[in-house]
Amino acid sequence: MKPAAEPAHARTASGRRRSAYPYALYLPAAVVYLVIFLVPTVMAFYFALTRWTLFDSSFVGLDNFKDFLAEQNLRVGFWNTVFYAVSTSGLKVILGLLLGVLLTSRLRSRGFLRSAVFFPVLVSTVAVGITFSMLLKPDTGLVNQVLGPYGRDWLGDASTALLSVALVDVWKGVGLATVIYIAGIASIPEEYYQAVAVDGGSAWHRFRHVTLPLSWPATYSVIILSFIGGLRSFDLIWTMTRGGPGFTSDTIASIIYKQYQAGFFGLSTAGNVLLFLLVTAIIVPLTYVLGKRQVEL
Amino acid sequence: MKRLTAEVCALVLAGVVFLVPFAFILLTAGKNQVEATALDFAWPTEWRIVENVVEVVEARDYVLLRAYVNSTILTVASVAGIVVFAAMAGFVLQRRTGKVGNVANFLVLSGLIIPPAIVPTIWLLQALGLFKTMPGLILVEVAFGVPYAVLLYRAFVAAIPRELDEAAMIDGCTGFTLFFKVIFPLLRPVTITVVLTASVAVFNDFVNPLYFLPGDDNATVQVTLYSFQSQYSTQWNLLFMDIVLITIPPLLAFVFFNRKIVAGMTAGAIKG
Repeated sequence: MKPAAEPAHARTASGRRRSAYPYALYLPAAVVYLVIFLVPTVMAFYFALTRWTLFDSSFVGLDNFKDFLAEQNLRVGFWNTVFYAVSTSGLKVILGLLLGVLLTSRLRSRGFLRSAVFFPVLVSTVAVGITFSMLLKPDTGLVNQVLGPYGRDWLGDASTALLSVALVDVWKGVGLATVIYIAGIASIPEEYYQAVAVDGGSAWHRFRHVTLPLSWPATYSVIILSFIGGLRSFDLIWTMTRGGPGFTSDTIASIIYKQYQAGFFGLSTAGNVLLFLLVTAIIVPLTYVLGKRQVEL
Repeated sequence: MKRLTAEVCALVLAGVVFLVPFAFILLTAGKNQVEATALDFAWPTEWRIVENVVEVVEARDYVLLRAYVNSTILTVASVAGIVVFAAMAGFVLQRRTGKVGNVANFLVLSGLIIPPAIVPTIWLLQALGLFKTMPGLILVEVAFGVPYAVLLYRAFVAAIPRELDEAAMIDGCTGFTLFFKVIFPLLRPVTITVVLTASVAVFNDFVNPLYFLPGDDNATVQVTLYSFQSQYSTQWNLLFMDIVLITIPPLLAFVFFNRKIVAGMTAGAIKG
């Protein structure tokens, strides 16, 4: 009797547990996500192969992608996107780590400094873009007044436009990297630092052999986050240069907008697919490599 | 002594780099039109704060006020959707593992990484009759905002003991009742975090309103600021007053809830 009763009891118990967490709870999120995000993402792979007016589309094969690779003003966006993502995330890692170390030290003003560094993260990108466009103006802008003879037309010159926007992006985003590093450094057990102190290690030793290796999870997060943000960055570039002068500071995201405005919906969507491939091609291996490094430590 | 010098240096440098742009915004916003054109740091001879506020608000038939109303509706509705939908999903996702859970986890990560396909989304919204409508834009913000919120909720639910669910089940609470009566109130701390981070993100969003809700009638504050940029190419005092007015909501959030916001933005990051 007993052995027979036990499984039956277990079955009802597990049956009850199952129904306690019904999949129906997924439903609202799933419907919105699938319809508004996933369906367009999948459909993009088809529409990218068409000449498309929203109402009807004719299949043109890989023509849109050929345009992207053949036309100079489209191809430049591809490399600009990579440059922008690499330079912004590199600088955010370096400056975020430095500020993180500084702001976890025993500075009396660290509360104030943390706030000052973090606040730009919450300010609208459009506002930041407009403000820095003014500060970077060739004749009257503050930056050039300070630099004097070394000043130049930062946003009007093809060789500095994208770099200038990238630096403003770092200004706005480094606060997030900093607070991530602060959280990471704060979670390092005090014993490690005591061990270095016992061995008579210098501040550099503390940084090089404790802080740097043990804040690796923070570095990992900062790199991934700023890469994802940098690759799809649009609003700052659009408010500061509109992709100009000419098309020299265009990124894939700004080309998507330009082609959309011009009515080339198929070409615009091909840009989206390229961006998707670029993001996947960079983020997936990066996650793998960085994640592996994390395990080894 | 050495420490003090270093501290002073750090303070001055951070002050210059991070505060000067804001000082510039405030100074220019208070100047008259002629002085603002200089774009310098000269102290305004007269403060025209009230006049400039009035002029910006009245510009183009009160477009800024309408934009504020639009942005408020958009933010409140989107954040409400994100909170409820993501909390429900995060709860099941943490409690019930299996194939469905694996798929859901994969979709959450995809949602964080994949850039949205713009024109196909417009095509789809048009097919549903939601393109260029506020409900359409709200759905877009919810769809794009849910994945990160699910991550935060999933992590928080993990800290709520299952014994609590079981106790509630003995009282006959399962499914939706269990979630809304027992679990959701317990999620309050993380809900506040989600509300703050999502509000800042939606309120500051420029790209999605630009694509999915174009037109002056529906403009959100960010889009208004963008169109002011070309319109006010000579009236920089008004442009910067507009920036000041638009920065007030995030500033208030920052002043009162700084810690919560930082916690929300770093929570997902440190665990990876």
